[in-house]
This record gives sequence, structure tokens and C-alpha cells, in this order.
Amino acid sequence: MSGAPSRHVVVVGAGPAGLAAAHAAARAGARVTVLDSADVLGGQYWRHLPASRPAANERVLHHKWGTYRELARALHAHPAVTVVPSAQVWSLERLDDGVRLNVLVGEPDAAGREARTFEPDALVLAPGAHDRTLPFPGWQLPGVYSAGAAQALAKGERVAVGRRVVVAGAGPFLLPVASSLLRTGAAVVGVHEANGLGSLARGWLDRPWELVGAAGKAGELAGYVRELVRHRVPWRPGEAVVAAHGDGQVEAVTIARLDPRWTPVPGTERQVEADAVAVSHGFTPRLELAIAAGCALTPARFVVVDAAQATSVPGVWAAGELTGIGGADAALAEGAVAGTAAAGGDLRAAGAARTARARDRSRGFAARIEAAHGIRGGWVHWLRDDTVVCRCEETTYGRLREVVDLTGSRETRSVKLTSRAGLGPCQARMCGRTLQELLDDGGSGAGAPGPACEGPAPGVDRRPVVVPVRLGDLAALPAPSASPLDPSSSMTSLPTTSLSAASQPQET
Amino acid sequence: MAADVVIVGAGIVGAACARSLALAGASVVVLDRGAAAAGTSAHGEGNLLVSDKGPGPELVLAQESLRRWAELSGELADELGPRFPSIEHDAKGGLVVVASAAGLTGLREFAAAQRAVGVDAVEVTGDQARELEPDLAPGVLGGVHYPQDAQVQPVAAAEALLASARRAGAVVRTGVEVTGPLLGADGRLTGVATTGGDVAAGAVVVAAGPWSGEVAERLGAWLPVRPRRGTVLVTIPMRERIHHKVYDGDYFAATQSAGAELQTSAVIESTRGGTVLIGSSREQVGFDERFRAEVLRQMARRAVAVFPFLAGTNVMRSYLGFRPYMPDHLPVVGADPALDGLWFATGHEGAGVGLAPATGDLLAAGLLGLDPAVDPAPYAADRPTLQALRPTPDVSDAQVTLGNRASDTSENAHEGARP
Repeated sequence: MSGAPSRHVVVVGAGPAGLAAAHAAARAGARVTVLDSADVLGGQYWRHLPASRPAANERVLHHKWGTYRELARALHAHPAVTVVPSAQVWSLERLDDGVRLNVLVGEPDAAGREARTFEPDALVLAPGAHDRTLPFPGWQLPGVYSAGAAQALAKGERVAVGRRVVVAGAGPFLLPVASSLLRTGAAVVGVHEANGLGSLARGWLDRPWELVGAAGKAGELAGYVRELVRHRVPWRPGEAVVAAHGDGQVEAVTIARLDPRWTPVPGTERQVEADAVAVSHGFTPRLELAIAAGCALTPARFVVVDAAQATSVPGVWAAGELTGIGGADAALAEGAVAGTAAAGGDLRAAGAARTARARDRSRGFAARIEAAHGIRGGWVHWLRDDTVVCRCEETTYGRLREVVDLTGSRETRSVKLTSRAGLGPCQARMCGRTLQELLDDGGSGAGAPGPACEGPAPGVDRRPVVVPVRLGDLAALPAPSASPLDPSSSMTSLPTTSLSAASQPQET
Repeated sequence: MAADVVIVGAGIVGAACARSLALAGASVVVLDRGAAAAGTSAHGEGNLLVSDKGPGPELVLAQESLRRWAELSGELADELGPRFPSIEHDAKGGLVVVASAAGLTGLREFAAAQRAVGVDAVEVTGDQARELEPDLAPGVLGGVHYPQDAQVQPVAAAEALLASARRAGAVVRTGVEVTGPLLGADGRLTGVATTGGDVAAGAVVVAAGPWSGEVAERLGAWLPVRPRRGTVLVTIPMRERIHHKVYDGDYFAATQSAGAELQTSAVIESTRGGTVLIGSSREQVGFDERFRAEVLRQMARRAVAVFPFLAGTNVMRSYLGFRPYMPDHLPVVGADPALDGLWFATGHEGAGVGLAPATGDLLAAGLLGLDPAVDPAPYAADRPTLQALRPTPDVSDAQVTLGNRASDTSENAHEGARP
């Protein structure tokens, strides 16, 4: 191991990727700090009841629970590892020679959280993703949940979101959500996958020999399918919930068949009674910290990483859903590679090389998920003019089109400010991607200086204030010691007369 | 493509110029390398202020502009119809407050001078200030109420001005970047070369905000405009508890300063969306867009000092923008003294939204030979305070360009050396 003992690696996120990264970095000899906003380790994937009120058998609700237990135990026992729970990284500053993480530690709703800063030698970003829900008429009704929220309530609180629940959207994630709902006592009326058998087969059955390496994943999914069969839950490919109905609460949904482009097929609509809907159409990586650090993005808006999980920014690595939606196996492998590399460890050593191969196999899995379950453009046909697109500001699809028509502007930021879509408390986490797709805006962000880096501009994913912060907490931040950052020092080398100097925008 | 006038920059100032020119009968093409209203205009607060301006040419332009914004609010709504996004013109008034006796004395002297030139500036005691704003800090000793201060939503306002200009025949082309000049045989500017082809024009107006210096340079001219960075914080939506634009007394000092170091002051107001906007900061860091927590810390301290209840309020967003800063603190509205056919409408720093309508009218009047509403002389590009900064003139364009670079570099080096 070449990692210097004093090398400090900070890992943001304590899901599978973050825990694997922290474990690998510590093994490679680094001093490791793990920051996570939750009060227990595990992330969304291993979200569970806290130790203060343990469940009889968490294993029932969690895959790879043994892996979690091992990682958590190893990290807590390792003298060079510090775990900081309830740690919100609210911003990241790009310094001339690295990054600074600004962290508030304590319950998010409590006043007077402890302010801490970290300027690590290496940073591993593993903040995960949140699930993406496409709008449909009635989706603002109480009773419509993102599948991730339904899953979190089931796993973290043992609460089912309804008695008769429809699960819909796209992707393998629908299966564990249905499973969790069944295990918390709900009746699952059906699981409706938007992509038809044709897309699913092309995604999953193409080059089947590659799947051998991801056998664990396939086995996990097969287990969910067996469970659905046992509970007589129909799994219906090529269908979507295209409307939710009810007076102040979901009472029924309309389900329709979709063509391969996700356009509803007229005449196939049928209404089904349900008191809750759990919907997920995929995942949006939590890009805020990576964008603040200046990391380049892929055209599909994931963080660009090399074979060692290094981003385009020296000193910053990324793992897990930030780099692609590949599931927990991929996240564990990527985390291990990133942690080893961030610690300065040797990736050619036997164990690391094995991990890297596992990571490569998992990446193939991520590509299959996209091929089989990716969002197709026909979904806009289930929108109506009165369909709410931004739930925070209640901007409708009709208003959005009207504003574009009147102003002649299709640029997301401008339309946000004139239609108010995306300006509410969720800061376009829910509707930002949708807005960009509806506007057919490539995500150029501000009209001001084009970024010099390759790939798309950060656009709607740029949020320098990563999570809401109380003004009182900001005001109580410690003043910079000695001399603050010299505001002019970093710019003297840049030609202010050149437009290219106006690159690397951090704001929209 | 050809037009009477080509305007470079589709922000609020370019939009106002386009509308004034088009309504006066000129054929206009507006070019922007990005989207409309996406640069400086989209990253400020939409302030229409007289409160922060002492007697002088900037105040004259601000007073004329305030009058014009009040008219435009109705004119644009009539023209564009009720479905067009509202420019949210709101004459809510401003309230400057101070917590020290010395501050109060200085503020009142300033207000007296403003009153002498027609500004409504009403002195208020601490209790009167708290009647206007019940949640003010108990330590507020008094201040000055400026009923004329107003605001618009700057992106909607710029889009409305552009839409109005288009109705009058103007053409807006976004995603088109100016790459160089078109020059006549006599050396006169006859249009611009762009990434979307040549655009011939009788006159070229540079209204590119902080990027105007670069555009001027590409056209073979010189303008000492520089970026000055400002940050705004946005809270989550809440019940309206702040009814005016409320500033701490330091805001005036910051607007008048040339210092490169970080300056902050509190400028606090509610928006129609229910959020509270908190400004302001000023930094001269070139076009550096890197986030700085220290800026937020200082702004939060000032805001909480004015409105203690804000301590419990969550900030959900921050954004920063670059304002076009002029070394003599006055915008440039007029013809370039060196290159025939080139005009400027820029350099408004943080006041571009407030000064846009009068700027558009003044530019159009100058270009078309109409009677100006205000004396154009103080804003002329050939004014001595700017020309004194011009690098030693050389005969060839190429050498002038080189001279510019040297000048900017030396200025930066000077600032970098400042403690």
C-alpha cells in the first residue's frame, strides 16, 4: 500500500457506495471521515429502523443485509475511521488547491447546528440519487407517492402508503418497492412497467453471456418476481398510470397501454380503484456537490469517471448512482475502487483488480437498465393543458406552453422565471429534468459564458446551496481565520478580456 | 441580413434599446450569444431605486426611468395581453434603517440633498420605522422612507420589452455570437460578423453588460467596463412579513465604492412568490463563479441584524451574477468617440434594470437625432473620466487591442496586490 498514513479521505454518503469507499480507503491506509445526512448508516438502500427501536429481523426487508452489517461493523471498529451522522454538506467551495466542504451537524430542523469544515486530501462523492417521477394528470393528489418515498416509509417506518396500492413507472426498482409494500401489509393492485416486452427483451436478453457476472442481481430480481407471483400481483409491461382521480385524495387511477415510444394507445384506458400510487420512472443523481466541485458530466448527466472512479477534478472521486444507475452491486464495487484510489492505494493489487472487474460487469448492468427501462418521449401525450408540471408552484403544462409561445424563449432558466415552474422549495429536483425535456432545452443554463468543460452545462442541477440552511446557521458560521480567501488572487492569471475566462459557471 | 441598427445583447438594456428604436421606426436586429435575459438581467433583484443615489446624473436617469417604468407597466400589459407573464411592477417603497446615531446623521444629510432634487425622502424615527415594518430589530434608531423605490421581475420585464420590440418589427436572434466588425472603406463600422453570418447595419449598439468590453474589443474599440460580482439569497416561501425594500445604511456606501474586497450590506424584500430576497454583496473577482460561503455568512449576519426573525428562516437558493462596473460609476450611453458607427448602452452596474427604460430612450434619441428626455452629456463615451483611462492611442487597430490587454492586466495586478 502506497497510501500515506496521514492522507485524509472524506466520503460523502453512507449508502453502499460510500460505505464500500470508506472501508477500502481505510484498508489502503488513509484516515477516513464519513459524512451522511441520516442518523444511521446505510443510505436509502439499507434504510432501517434505528438501534433504539430495532426490528425483529431487518434481513427480511433488505438484500445484502449481511454486507451492510459487515461494512458498518468494520467502519465503527476501525481506529482511522470517523463516522459523522446527521451531517448535512450544505455547500462545497472550490479552492485554488482543492475543495472545502461546509457541513452542519445536527437535526435538520434544530437551531444551532454545529458548523464544521473539511478540506480533505481526497474527496469521494457517493450521495446517491433520488427517484424521478414524470407528471401525469392528478399526480398532485394526496396518495400519489414517489416509489422512493413509499419504499422509505416501508423500510424506515414500517408504514404502507395505502391499503390498495398501484405501483407504476419504469425500471427494476418497481419490484423491490412492491415487495416492501407487500411486507408492510398493503395489497398491491398491480405493477405497471412502461416499457413493453420488446424493449425489456432487447435490454435484458441482448448478449446474455454478459449477465452471468451479474447473477447476483438477476437472482435478486427473480426473487422479487417470485414474491409477486405468490401474492398474485400482476406485473404488466407496456402500461402506465396516465391519470389519478379523487376528491382530495386518490380514489382511482387510469391505466393505459403504451406503444414502444410510451405514447398511450387510444381506447386502452381502464380505471382501477386504489387509495395510493407509488410511481418511479428512473433516478436523478444528486449532482449538486459534483457540479460545485466542477466535475464534467456525461451527455446523460452523470459524473464522468475514469477506470479508477476519478472525476475530471483532481482529488475528487465519485461512486454509485452519481456515475450511473447500476444498483447496489455496482455501487459497492465502484465505492471500493474509488476508496482505494482516493487513499492512494494500488488498483493493480489482486483484491482491487477483482473489484474493478466486478465494477465493469455492473456497468454493463447499468447500460441494460437504461436500454430496457429508459424514459421514452411519448409520455408527453398523457399530459393535458391543466396537468400540473411543477407541484411546488402549481405551474401547468398549458401555462408552460403558453409562456414559451408568448415570450419566444425556450431557455429553461428564463421560462422558470416567467412561468415560476421549478422555483419552489424542491428547487426543481422534482421537475427540472421534465422542464428541460418539455422545453427541448439542452441544458445550456445561463446565456452568459459557455462552459469550457466538455459535456452538458449543469443547468437545472446546479444548486450551490445543496440543502436549505437557516439564516441563523449561516450567520453563526465562524469567520474565516487569518485572511479570508483573497478574492482577487485567483483571477490575476486569467485574462479578463477573454470570454473564455468566463467559463466554469457555478450559478444559473 | 441587414438592419438600421444591430444591438449586441438581449438583456434588459438591449431589450429597452430595441423597443425604443423599433417604436421610433428603426429596423432592429438584437443578437445574443446565449439566451435572452439570461446573463446579468437574470441574476439580480429587479431594483428600481432612487434611495441609493445622491444628486447627479445617475439620479437624473433613475428618476426618468422610474417614471417610464410606471408607464411601461401599463403599456406593456396593454400591448402583450393579460396572459403574458407580468413584469410585477410594484412601487412598494424603500426603507433605509440604521442602528447608530452617527449613521442616522449621515443618512439624514444624504436624504436632505436628495429632497432638494425632487426625491421623496421621508425621515422616520425608530418607532415610525417599526410601524412600516413591525418585525424590524429593536435596535433600529430610525431611517428614511423612500416611497418611490420600486421593483420589477427583471426576466419577465426583459422578455416583455423584447416581445414589444418584436411587435414593432425587431428581430431577436439568440445563440449568435459576434466575432468581429464589418468595416466600410472609410473605416466606419457597417455591421458585425457573427457565428450566424454577417449582419450589416447603419449602427451597432453594444449592450452586453459586463461582457461589453470584450465585444468592443472584438469590434476594434475600447471600453473600460469590468465585471463586479453580486450574490443574492432566496428563502423558502413564507407568509409576507416584509412589506418594503429594507436596506441597512451600509448599502449606500457599498454602491459608491471602488474597492475590490468583499463588501456586503442588507437589502431585504419579499417577492410575489412568497420568498424573501436578500442582497447584496459586491466583489471584484473577474468572472470567477466559484461559490464562497463567506459571502453568505456576511449577508446572513446583516439580514438577521435588521430582521431577527429571519434567523429561523431557511435559505433554499443562492445565485450570483456579474454587473457591468464602470470606474467612474456612470453608465455609458452614446457614440464611441473613436469608431464611427459604434454606440454603447452599458455600464449600469447593479442599476441596469432600474435605468433601462431611460437608457433605451436616450440611446434612440441620440442615434435617430430626436430630442432626448435628459441631457445626454454626462453619459457620453467620450467623457474625460473615461478617456483619461484610455491606453495610449496607437494608429492601428491591432495595437489598440494589445494596449487594452496590457491595461487590463496591469489593473488586475494592482488589485491582486491590494491587501
